Amino acid sequence: MENTLIKTVDLSKTYKVGDIEVHALKSVNITINNGEFVAIMGASGSGKSTLMNLLGCLDMPTSGEYYLDGINTSKLTKNEYANIRNQKIGFVFQGFNLLPRTTALENVELPLMYDRLEKVKNHQKQATDALIRVGLEDRMHHIPSQLSGGQQQRVALARALVNEPSLILADEPTGNLDSVTSVEVFNLFQKLNDEGITIIMVTHERDFAAFAKRIIEMRDGRVIRDAKIKDRLNAEEELKKAIAEAEIAE
Amino acid sequence: MNAKIILKVATRSIMKSRMRSLLTALGIIIGVAAVVVMVAIGDGAQRKVEEQIASLGSNLIIITPGASSSGGVNRGMGSFNRFTFDDVDKIKNEATLIKGVSPLVRSGGQVIGGVGNWFTQIQGVSPDYLDIRTWALESGEFFTDRDIMARSKVCVLGADVKKNLFPNDDPIGQQIRIRNTPFRVIGVLKAKGQTAVGTSNDDVILAPSRTVLDRLSGGRFISSIQVSAISTDKILAAQAEIKSIMRESHKLSPGEEDDFTIQDQSDLSETATETSRILTILLASVAGVSLVVGGIGIMNIMLVSVTERTREIGIRLSVGARASDILVQFLTEAIVLSLSGGVIGVLLSFLIAYILNNYTSQSALIKPQIIMIAFGFAGAIGIFFGFYPARKAAALNPIDALRYE
Ligand SMILES: Nc1ncnc2c1ncn2[C@@H]1O[C@H](COP(=O)(O)OP(=O)(O)OP(=O)(O)O)[C@@H](O)[C@H]1O
Ligand SMILES: [Mg+2]
Repeated sequence: MENTLIKTVDLSKTYKVGDIEVHALKSVNITINNGEFVAIMGASGSGKSTLMNLLGCLDMPTSGEYYLDGINTSKLTKNEYANIRNQKIGFVFQGFNLLPRTTALENVELPLMYDRLEKVKNHQKQATDALIRVGLEDRMHHIPSQLSGGQQQRVALARALVNEPSLILADEPTGNLDSVTSVEVFNLFQKLNDEGITIIMVTHERDFAAFAKRIIEMRDGRVIRDAKIKDRLNAEEELKKAIAEAEIAE
Repeated sequence: MNAKIILKVATRSIMKSRMRSLLTALGIIIGVAAVVVMVAIGDGAQRKVEEQIASLGSNLIIITPGASSSGGVNRGMGSFNRFTFDDVDKIKNEATLIKGVSPLVRSGGQVIGGVGNWFTQIQGVSPDYLDIRTWALESGEFFTDRDIMARSKVCVLGADVKKNLFPNDDPIGQQIRIRNTPFRVIGVLKAKGQTAVGTSNDDVILAPSRTVLDRLSGGRFISSIQVSAISTDKILAAQAEIKSIMRESHKLSPGEEDDFTIQDQSDLSETATETSRILTILLASVAGVSLVVGGIGIMNIMLVSVTERTREIGIRLSVGARASDILVQFLTEAIVLSLSGGVIGVLLSFLIAYILNNYTSQSALIKPQIIMIAFGFAGAIGIFFGFYPARKAAALNPIDALRYE
């Protein structure tokens, strides 16, 4: 099964707030193959972000196992965790999480600095290429407060891409964006997925989930539905439609 | 991360938050400058006192007439009041722990010669006097024992007297009149500067002791005998020796009180250095308080920025930084900040010391060790308060650091 990228076994996460235990994830078993594009859906508080943070190695499970690329991550040290975040995973947050007062280029260079193998010699060129991939070559020297929300999210995406990860995790990447800008971002995701990068994203809107190839639905910390998408939307076409509609409206 | 990148990240981060960095550094700058300047003022005062004491002469012992218990004033009818040349000769011949001995006969008055007249003091001394006072000649020569015995009317001018009577000419060989008695100038003394009480050492004329005693009205007795011990550690032994010689010379019986007083510089220098040491400690503690206040300022700024910094740490952790990377970065930042703050603080203190030394009567002496101490202390404060929040944040899960509020 070398095609398997992600496999979780009874993955659980319990938060303790005072004396109260919150079971945010209860025995989640999922398998995701290389090249998939998965949308995770579910009501607020159903454990989507908790799952994403575990898959992104940003947090540790309370129990259960998480295999990434065949490696059992629960056996790893903190530093090896950091290496995985750096090498294999690109994470895109709803709130962008860019360094303030720092240019787009410097933000995108950030993961390269923490690459212990120093695969990339010319950080600036690599970061520039990533920004070109998300179509922001003319905004490289802008700082986040000088960029629109969609542009900031594209910078974050470039940062997620710069180390050429095999997996991109996006937790409500378009939660703060309007629908046209959102479609632009999904368009980028689809292109990256076409290039072979596995993408897992959380979204609240069923319309947006249709850009993915597979939907996982959660409720109360469990997976309640896991299905392939039959009539998948093409973001590029949707974008053209949206632009055409906007022109008619004028 | 290699050292170059670490340094780059640290300086970038410092430049990103200029105001915060400046405020942080300001605490260090002011703290360091305050400590260095305050201690420098104390050390400057101490050096001044030491210089003045040193100018009295090396290993100086002074014998004055009168019992010490009566404050130098003679009360008893029959007791010895005045020193004689016999006393001086006896010390010179019998004492083994002394380098030189000289009587001091004081007179004073109007001196006429050269370009005008000048009121000054005349001291009648022996040839040993120059060495006792660690004084030297600027030009000419000093009088000899022969001059003393012959009561020669020769004299040596202090630098101030030379300046006032012979501003442009060479006074050697010239005649001057001291209290209407003609004297020939045979030498000029090197300038010595101020005394401990702020008067000039150089406003004086030296002449042979017997000449002053016999030929000048006003100089009627030996006011003191000045002796220099052979070395500093022999001062006490020399005093004991002189004491027994003087008692014998004055024919005092065993139970009788001394009719003279022997003093050395240690009495004087002890009180003087003690006073200036207290001053230094006082100033240093005032400055220390300002350094601590500066440290609290740094802590304040660090704490205020901790939310922002924790988010930054979360972002860095989420893209693959290790806890150690974060710690190294923050440590470097703190060191760069406190080092540059320290350097600016030290430069500032040099500037202040320069102004004090050149434009005020206050003197400031910056010793290297105080720079090191202030630097180290300020750096420790900066590093501690900058490092502590970073250590806390770096220990978090990335996601907790990102969520921190
Ligand atoms: N750090 C935490 N401490 C305590 N409880 C937490 C923590 N993070 C999440 N939870 C709880 O875990 C449950 C799942 O939260 P999670 O953020 O995964 O939900 P979600 O599906 O992402 O919701 P949303 O769609 O609103 O983002 C919630 O009940 C939440 O209150
Ligand atoms: Mg969520």
